[in-house]
Amino acid sequence: MLETSGLTAHYGDAQALFGIDFKLTQGELVAIIGANGAGKSTFLKSLTGLVKAKPEQIRFDGQPIGGLPPGEIVRRGLALVPEGRRLFPSLSVEENLQMGGFARRSGPWSLPRLYKLFPILHEKRKLPGTSLSGGQQQMVAIGRALMSNPTVLLCDELSLGLAPIVIKEIYDAMPAITGEGMTVVIVEQDISMAQRVSQRIYCFQEGRVSLQGASTELSREQISQAYFGV
Amino acid sequence: MIETLLQGILLGGLYCLFALGQSLMFGVMRLTNTAQGDFIILGAFAAIAGLSALSPAMPASLITPLAVAALLLPVAFGFGFGLQRYVLNGTLGKDPLPSLVVTFGLAIVIQNLLLELFSADPRSIDTHGLNTQSLSLGGGIAVGVLPLLILALAVGATAGLQWLFGSTRLGRAFRAVSDDKEIAELMGLDAKRLYALATGIAFVLIALAGVLQGMRTTVSPADGPLLLLFAFEAVIIGGMGSFWGTLAGALLLGITQQIGFRLDPGWGIWIGHIVFLVVLVVRPQGLFPKTKG
Amino acid sequence: MSHRRIDVVVRAGRGSRATAVVALLLGLAAASLPWWAPEEHASSWMREFVEIACYFIFAMMWNLLAGYGGMVSIGQQAFFGFGGYLMLMLGNFAGINPFVAVPLGALAAALIAVPISYVAFRLQGGYFAIGTWVIAEVVRLSFANMSFVGGGSGTSLTALRGIEKATREHLTFWMALACVIAAIALVYLFLRSKRGLALLAIRDNEVAAESQGIDVRGMKLAVYVVAAFGCGLAGALYFVGNLRISPDAAFSVNWSAFAIFMVVIGGIGRIEGPLVGALIFWALNKFFSDYGTWYLLGLGLLAIVVTIFFKQGLWGWVQQRYGWSLFPTQRRLAIDGK
Repeated sequence: MLETSGLTAHYGDAQALFGIDFKLTQGELVAIIGANGAGKSTFLKSLTGLVKAKPEQIRFDGQPIGGLPPGEIVRRGLALVPEGRRLFPSLSVEENLQMGGFARRSGPWSLPRLYKLFPILHEKRKLPGTSLSGGQQQMVAIGRALMSNPTVLLCDELSLGLAPIVIKEIYDAMPAITGEGMTVVIVEQDISMAQRVSQRIYCFQEGRVSLQGASTELSREQISQAYFGV
Repeated sequence: MIETLLQGILLGGLYCLFALGQSLMFGVMRLTNTAQGDFIILGAFAAIAGLSALSPAMPASLITPLAVAALLLPVAFGFGFGLQRYVLNGTLGKDPLPSLVVTFGLAIVIQNLLLELFSADPRSIDTHGLNTQSLSLGGGIAVGVLPLLILALAVGATAGLQWLFGSTRLGRAFRAVSDDKEIAELMGLDAKRLYALATGIAFVLIALAGVLQGMRTTVSPADGPLLLLFAFEAVIIGGMGSFWGTLAGALLLGITQQIGFRLDPGWGIWIGHIVFLVVLVVRPQGLFPKTKG
Repeated sequence: MSHRRIDVVVRAGRGSRATAVVALLLGLAAASLPWWAPEEHASSWMREFVEIACYFIFAMMWNLLAGYGGMVSIGQQAFFGFGGYLMLMLGNFAGINPFVAVPLGALAAALIAVPISYVAFRLQGGYFAIGTWVIAEVVRLSFANMSFVGGGSGTSLTALRGIEKATREHLTFWMALACVIAAIALVYLFLRSKRGLALLAIRDNEVAAESQGIDVRGMKLAVYVVAAFGCGLAGALYFVGNLRISPDAAFSVNWSAFAIFMVVIGGIGRIEGPLVGALIFWALNKFFSDYGTWYLLGLGLLAIVVTIFFKQGLWGWVQQRYGWSLFPTQRRLAIDGK
């Protein structure tokens, strides 16, 4: 469904990704783990067009999408929950969610359905997005991405800066998202959470894939080694 | 005293129209249009040129300038759209210098072009008596009909912009792209096109302001810079990020200037500048700033 | 075993040494101009030089403020006119020799820049620019309402009345030369110093610079005051040459417009930019200013085109293409003595 071959990425003169091979099949939940600066966020940004890639390096539903503008990629069904949430401060919760639906793709996700998934958002829908707590903002960010009815959802560091109980609440909502056959990629710092929710794991280290495999089959030692490059 | 206040409010109405376009452009794309005043004057002269071209064929009444004004507005929209799309979009970025230099260059081009085409003589738009009509408010106080109309248009335009930004899909898009261009593009917004739309709308307001200025008083090619300063002061006094704030700032500026004119004709504008500077020092976020999270 | 010598911070390349020699020769030639210039041209050449010197110094200071301080201002004419008026007031009313009053006028401009900065620094970016213009307008209107300096129509510099014309012209010319050299030296040394590096750091990333312990606000104030001094110097010099001052001439926004033009053509953020820009501006002035409005229109269009298509200015484009540099302030890491 989504695959990259030899994906490279640069920030100016600095190279961040050195040839990533990645494969995603429909309905999976894949986790990407790795230390800070390993290139995980850069990878997601490349997939969604925020960082330029070469056309052939990324294929989505068989079509090369590398280098396309982000709007075009969203229209094709790839949505990102950005690192740090990045809600629009001038917009209310509801308006932030509505913004996600700007691309007007058809699908099961709508405002009422989102409010059912995250009831607290309905209560706070008129408030400015950024006045909510971290966890609630994360819900808005996820909801905003879901509003475009993607076929693949990319989540960048959902648990960043959140308390464990809030993280649990967020991930408890995952089955409702994946239940409809949504394919999800999560970038996670929390390794045990990543292992628990995903079917497969990729470990990034300094811009390269250092380990990949089924979550249940990878041992702690294997992961540590791949994570820290020891 | 009441007379001065009223005159000030009416003057502020015009200043609000000067300032709304500036507020809009800065709000959506952080672009400072230093040619704002000159474009207003250009609008006035465009109307004057249009009038002199069309008036042989049209009735000698108020209908004619109104018709010309109505024709001018969509032209202004297209002009603003094109200007942003093909010239100004290329100057946007972290560095304020390119947009400043380009708009400054445009200001010089416009001033000198107008000077060449129309000479330095002040001109005005024949309102067939509208600019001398007055309305009695009772108690011996009378206000001009045209200034009252201008104020009404200013309030209407402010309300219109506020409604556009607050309640429509386009307004949401404007706010989103202004907040975070990258993420907005991720949602499928076309920033370039949105910027062009915003400038197009701003230029409609600019053309309107120009026509009204030309009706209210005389215009000459070098008038632009002062209008820019008034627009800018109105925006700062009122507080950035809010159209009602811009209106409030404009009214305050108008009142301040009128009080100044009353005290001494030479000090009117100076006092307006001083009040602006005082507000800047004492309350730099303006009187009615929009708080951003 | 290979032996590598790493010279950190090699600043003067070969090109700039040649420049120093050429500059010295030019300086000597210029200083002696009153003696070798043909009789009928000497006077006008000297006057033109004084005028160009003023444009150049003003542009250099604008360049310092915008390119190195990161503050784009269209209100520097406030200090230009202030320096001019203070020089005149000291000369006419305090009996001070106007040539001595020139640096004093510059100093006065630098002093008034401090309270002005309290207001101006409330704004950023494009709005800072317009704000400085408002301030300049306030200063202009203030002087226009002071009758003891002639109000709106201005007044003459009477303090130079007693001096013979030729002597006055020579002195003004040498004063101009001295001011140009002083201004170049001031900017060059300022930027080469540790302060200069801090300035570049601030320009590149203010937040990061502050976290390194650099006093951002102090630095910005320092640049603003230095630029005010320079603009005041240019203004005082200009009106010593002009002998007559008026608020419209002293505080005209055209000064900023010309400075912007010169620096944009020559390239912002580079010392030789204003020099190249001033020369091009002078040449354009000489050949086209008779065309009045069309000339100014052309200047405006040129500035727009250069800004959009040559983002680093014409000189900057040349520098990038050919790697030249007259006044190196970039610190290069040199390996093996190259």
